[in-house]
Amino acid sequence: MSDSPLAPPPSFRWARRVFLTLLTGFVLLPVYVMLSSSLKPLADVSGKFRWVPSGLTIRPYIDMWSTVPLARYFVNSLIVAGSATVLSVVVAVFAAYAVSRYDFRGKRVFTVTVLSTQMFPGILFLLPLFLLYVNIGNATGIALFGSRGGLILTYLTFSLPFSIWMLTGYLDSVPRDLDEAALVDGCGPLGALFRIVVPAAIPGIVAVAVYAFMTAWGEVLFASVMTNDTTRTLAVGLQGYSTLNDVYWNQIMAASLVVSVPVVAGFLLLQRYLVAGLTAGAVK
Amino acid sequence: MTTHTLEESVAKSPPGAAASSARRRPGRFRRAGLPYLLLLPALVLELLVHLVPMVIGIVMSFKELTQFYIRDWGTAPWSGLGNYRLSVDFHAPVGAALLHSFLVTVGFTLLSVALCWLIGTVAALFLQDTFRGRGLLRALFLVPYALPVYAAVITWVFMFQHDNGLVNHVLHDQLHIGAKPAFWLIGDNSFYALLTVSVWKGWPFAFLVVTAGLQNIPGELYEAAALDGAGMWQRIRRITLPSLRPVNQVLVLVLFLWTFNDFNTPYVLFGRSAPEAADLVSVHIYQASFVTWNFGTGSAMSVLLLLFLLVVTGGYLLATSRERRTSDV
Repeated sequence: MSDSPLAPPPSFRWARRVFLTLLTGFVLLPVYVMLSSSLKPLADVSGKFRWVPSGLTIRPYIDMWSTVPLARYFVNSLIVAGSATVLSVVVAVFAAYAVSRYDFRGKRVFTVTVLSTQMFPGILFLLPLFLLYVNIGNATGIALFGSRGGLILTYLTFSLPFSIWMLTGYLDSVPRDLDEAALVDGCGPLGALFRIVVPAAIPGIVAVAVYAFMTAWGEVLFASVMTNDTTRTLAVGLQGYSTLNDVYWNQIMAASLVVSVPVVAGFLLLQRYLVAGLTAGAVK
Repeated sequence: MTTHTLEESVAKSPPGAAASSARRRPGRFRRAGLPYLLLLPALVLELLVHLVPMVIGIVMSFKELTQFYIRDWGTAPWSGLGNYRLSVDFHAPVGAALLHSFLVTVGFTLLSVALCWLIGTVAALFLQDTFRGRGLLRALFLVPYALPVYAAVITWVFMFQHDNGLVNHVLHDQLHIGAKPAFWLIGDNSFYALLTVSVWKGWPFAFLVVTAGLQNIPGELYEAAALDGAGMWQRIRRITLPSLRPVNQVLVLVLFLWTFNDFNTPYVLFGRSAPEAADLVSVHIYQASFVTWNFGTGSAMSVLLLLFLLVVTGGYLLATSRERRTSDV
C-alpha cells in the first residue's frame, strides 16, 4: 500500500493535516474541560470560564462522594451493567451458534424480527414495560419495577440484537471443520460449542461484551423511570449534582471523569477486537 | 377480553418455556430441536421486553389510560381512535405540538446524520494510509463514542452555560461575536447546541464502520488504478467511494434510526422539558406521558412514530435494493 505510485500528493497531505487537527480539537475540547474543571477550586467554575485553572486541587474528587451518594450509584451501575453483560453474552452466543451452524425453519423470521427490534423507538415500549413490570409486581410479588433485576433484564435485551448479529458473522468466520471434527470425536454439540467454537471466537465475544457493557452503563431513559432511591444508577444519579442549590461543576466534572474511566479504558484497550468483530460481523 | 388473554399469555410464557426445555433431557434431544433450544433464551427475552410490550403498547393506544387506571390498566375504558384523533389534530394544541416536534426531529436527524457520515468518512479516508500518530488519532477519535452518554453530555451542558461556560467565553469574551452572551440551552440556539453534541457523539460510529469497510477493499484495485495514472483524489472518487456503497447504505440507515430515536442526549442536555426549538419527538412523548400521566395518548404517539419509521425504513430498503440490482446489470 505504501509504495511510491500510491503515495499521497502534497495537496492531500495538507488537507489531511488541517482536517485532522481541527477534528482532534473538536473531539478533545470536552475532554479537556472535564479534566481541567475537575481539578479547579469552586470559584473557578462558578465565575467566568478559565482555560487555565487558578490553582489545582483534588478536593472535588473527595467531596463528590458526599454531595450525592455516588458510591451507591456506582455499585448499582456495576451490578446492573455487569450482570446484563454476562447474561447478554451467554444468550447471544447460544443464539448466534444456532443461526450460524444450523438450518432450521423460521431462521430468517427470527433474525429479521430480532434485528428490527433495534429500530423501535425506546419510548414505544417504555410505557408498556413500565406497566407490565408494575402489574407483574402487583400480581406475583416479584419486584421488577424499581429493582436492579428489572433493569438487568431490560438492558440485556438492548444489546442482544446487535450482539447476535455481530457474533453470527464472527462465528461464520470460524471454520466449520473445527467443530465438525469435534462432533466426530464424540463431543456433543454443546461440547463443540464450548471447547472449540467459543475459544476460537474470543475476539468477537469480547467485542460483544464491550458493546453490551457500554450500552448498559450509559442508558438513561429506562434508568430514569425504572429505578428508585436505592437502585438508582449513575446515569440518573449524576444529574443530582445540578438540582441542588449550588451547582458544583468541579465535582460534576470529577464524577463524570471517574464514571467514564472504566468504560473508556476498557474500550480503548479492546478496540482492536471491536473493529475486528465489526469487520467480520457487520461489514459483509 | 383481549387485555386479559394478553396478560395471561405474558404471565405464562416464561414458565411454559422452562417446562418444555425440562421435558427434553440434555444429550437426548434430536438434532432438529437443538437450534430452537439454543434460541429459546433470546426468544423469551425478546418477547418479554420488546414484542409483548409493543403489542401492549398498541392495545394501550386505543384506551383512555389516564392516571386513574395505571394500577389496573385492564379496566381503563376503550376510546377507539380517540387518542390518534387527538394526536393528529393539528389545529388543537396537542396535535400542533406533536407536529412541530416531529418536524424539528426530521430536520435535526437529517442534518446530524449527514454531518456524522461526512466527518466519519473523511476521517476514515485520511487515516487509511499509515503515518506517524495514526494509531493515537484512531484511539482518540473513538473517545466520544466510548464515553458514557450522560458524562459527555453533562460536560457539554457545562460548556454551554450562559455565565460560566466555555462556549460563551470563547465566542463573546475572546472573539467578541455578538453584543451579549447567548443562551444555548433555552430558546432557538438550543437546536444548534443539540446538533453539535449529537454530531460530536455520533460521528465516531460512522468512522468506525467506514474504517472497517475500507479494510475490505482489495489493495490491488488501488495499485491497478495507480498504474493507470489515477491520482489520489481520483482513486478515492472512482474506487473507494463506490466500494463503500453497501457499507454506507446500512450505516446511513442505522445512524438515521439511532438519531431519530435518541432520547439520552436531549434528556441530559435539557432535562425533562426540552426547549421548543429542540423538542425531539422521543422526549416530547416522554413528557406527554409522564408529566400528564396520559399513557393512552403517549402510546398512540409512539405507534404513529413507529409507523413512520417502518414506512421510511421499508422505502429506503426498497430503493437501495432496487438501485443495487440496476447497478449490477
